[in-house]
Amino acid sequence: MKISLLFRHQMTKLMNQIAAKKGSSPMKVHLFVTCLIDTIQPNVGKATVEVLERLGVEVEFPEAQVCCGQPAFNSGYTKETIKVAKNMIKAFESAEYVVTPSGSCKAMFLEYPQLLKEDPVWSAKAEALAEKTYELTEFIVDILHVTDVGASLKGNATYHTSCHMTRLLRIKEAPFTLLSNVKDLTMTPLPRAENCCGFGGTFSIKMTPISEQMVDEKVQSIEETDAEYIIGADCGCLLNIGGRLNRLDKPIQVMHIAEVLNSR
Amino acid sequence: MSMKIGEKAFKERIGEGLEDTVMRGAVSSAQERLYERRLSASEELGNWEKWRELGEEIRQHTLKHLDDYLYQLSESVSARGGHVFFAKTKEEASAYIQHVAQKKAAKKIVKSKSMVTEEIEMNQALEEIGCDVVESDLGEYILQVNDHEPPSHIVAPALHMTKEQIREVFHEKLGYEMSETPEDMTSFVRAILREKFLEADIGVTGCNFAVANTGSICLVTNEGNADLVTAIPKTHIAVMGMERIVPTMEELDVLVGLLCRSAVGQKLTSYISVVGPKGEEVDGPEEFHLVILDNGRSNILGTAFQPVLQCIRCAACINVCPVYRHVGGHSYGSIYPGPIGAVLSPLLGGYDDYQELPFASSLCAACTDACPVKIPLHELLIKHRQVIVEKEGRAPKAEMMAMKMFGMGASTPGMYQFGTKAAPVLMNRMASNGQISKGIGPLKNWTDIRDLPAPSKERFRDWFKKRQKEEQ
Repeated sequence: MKISLLFRHQMTKLMNQIAAKKGSSPMKVHLFVTCLIDTIQPNVGKATVEVLERLGVEVEFPEAQVCCGQPAFNSGYTKETIKVAKNMIKAFESAEYVVTPSGSCKAMFLEYPQLLKEDPVWSAKAEALAEKTYELTEFIVDILHVTDVGASLKGNATYHTSCHMTRLLRIKEAPFTLLSNVKDLTMTPLPRAENCCGFGGTFSIKMTPISEQMVDEKVQSIEETDAEYIIGADCGCLLNIGGRLNRLDKPIQVMHIAEVLNSR
Repeated sequence: MSMKIGEKAFKERIGEGLEDTVMRGAVSSAQERLYERRLSASEELGNWEKWRELGEEIRQHTLKHLDDYLYQLSESVSARGGHVFFAKTKEEASAYIQHVAQKKAAKKIVKSKSMVTEEIEMNQALEEIGCDVVESDLGEYILQVNDHEPPSHIVAPALHMTKEQIREVFHEKLGYEMSETPEDMTSFVRAILREKFLEADIGVTGCNFAVANTGSICLVTNEGNADLVTAIPKTHIAVMGMERIVPTMEELDVLVGLLCRSAVGQKLTSYISVVGPKGEEVDGPEEFHLVILDNGRSNILGTAFQPVLQCIRCAACINVCPVYRHVGGHSYGSIYPGPIGAVLSPLLGGYDDYQELPFASSLCAACTDACPVKIPLHELLIKHRQVIVEKEGRAPKAEMMAMKMFGMGASTPGMYQFGTKAAPVLMNRMASNGQISKGIGPLKNWTDIRDLPAPSKERFRDWFKKRQKEEQ
């Protein structure tokens, strides 16, 4: 991530935090639900909406949104990515806050300014979007200043720290903070948590033999925790890990953190 | 040996790597050890991020003024009585070294570890003119004895071997009869190498860092072999990549610290020597030659890939890479493997041989995080992918078509709406119990090893819209 962009995002965040503290009319956020959740995991989207509304936030869903463009960008297709990015920028233009239950999709938004740097009009819009976009747990903890959402889920769980969320966005604590306050939930640390699960978007289908070894290594780490649930904040990772767990007939249940935070 | 390892196709190399469970065990336990050591060394130093920033600053500054520093280096080496040769290509470099050997009527050459000498195929060139070349780095020696097996790691070349395998090599090739303990095997090699050091006509080293203002080179080892290579033979030839340079000893101090901690988790290695032309010294070689190699590096300057030249060859990136852990160094088909290799090999060796390497990554960015001089490795991998697809036009036609469709469909909300309404109808034929386990087309690779939930008939947006209507 370019240093100045991250810095500006942090400054905007600080301003938003101050504004949120002033506690005026209900905060309105525009939900960036992501293509995977929209089509394959709508329950995660539903949980996200319900959690935010319970926290007093009004949620809007701009229908023009489709996809952040990662599949094209990560495969080297910048022309197609730019087309897709412009649609997203337009879709969220009027938003004050954009919230997404996906670390990697937010990280993709942060690529837009560099992608569009040749076009001063669009790059300015891209910067504006990057500055106002938050990952869900980041938004709850850092903007709403909530660490206990009042959720409860009985069981033993472990948490998968997605690569893009931890390394590119540097969001390391918010998920753990929120999970530690879920009633009746015991969290066990995941061994070798820093290892990639092997999703990597198109990597999972282009380099399947290597991806298989990586996901099997991740499954082994999860089994070492004896957890009933594997929780994560990125649907790509969870589809990869969950898909493999299913294929191997493992009884471990996969949950997105939004679903955990929505449990009562 | 050259930069390229073998002639096998990428898929075949990966397949072989994945199947070699002994190698994978050796690599993953080495990785785990090195990872822990690097972490504790960086924590012990403190302010690691600040040190990384300083390392990055020093390397970026140096690259920006590379021509000035190389000029200064050649002047200071020459002023001390050394010889400097700028080699544009690997052929020029090898030819120069052959020329020195012939002039000195040298027959026995001893060398310390140097990736750049592998790159220029120096051993082969010297053997062609009748010289006997011995590797004195223990890992390289093992590989040399094992029929010139190529290195699989830039710091620990024989990392892929177990001690049992090494004993087997020594037993078969050298008649070794003692145990497989590291102590026994090392003392065996030590006795052999002692002779070689004493007999050698020429000592060849690489160069961890050349110091521009003092006209010296710094060599970093744990074995002390570089010291013997540069102390006993009468002629010393040092070969360096043109970017391996620091302005003064102050910057050397910073980078050597970063190198040792990042590479092997030591504050400093056992032997760190700064050597050069004899000048007024009583001891040391009578002749010093510095070969400064370009071999494609100057073409990287001024491009988006310039940051890769910041590399100090510590292998921290290789030591954290999950792909490397599972396929091993040889699978990359280059003496420069892992994340650094995936960026550097296509640049030095071209896309014909190395176009798959940038795609053999999940972009987890562990490499970027580990790099002590902050090379944005995963970003450079994406950059390679962009070049391969859009500049070189090397993407498979089917993928290009699929991406064109994606570009259209994902930027046109109407098309997306239609497509995602249609998808469940089509895909649910493949599903049972809401899971797809036998996909077709692009899905096939996914479902070969994983299940996939079937797309929901009611998309999230349908639910949201319905809900909004109900609320009104």
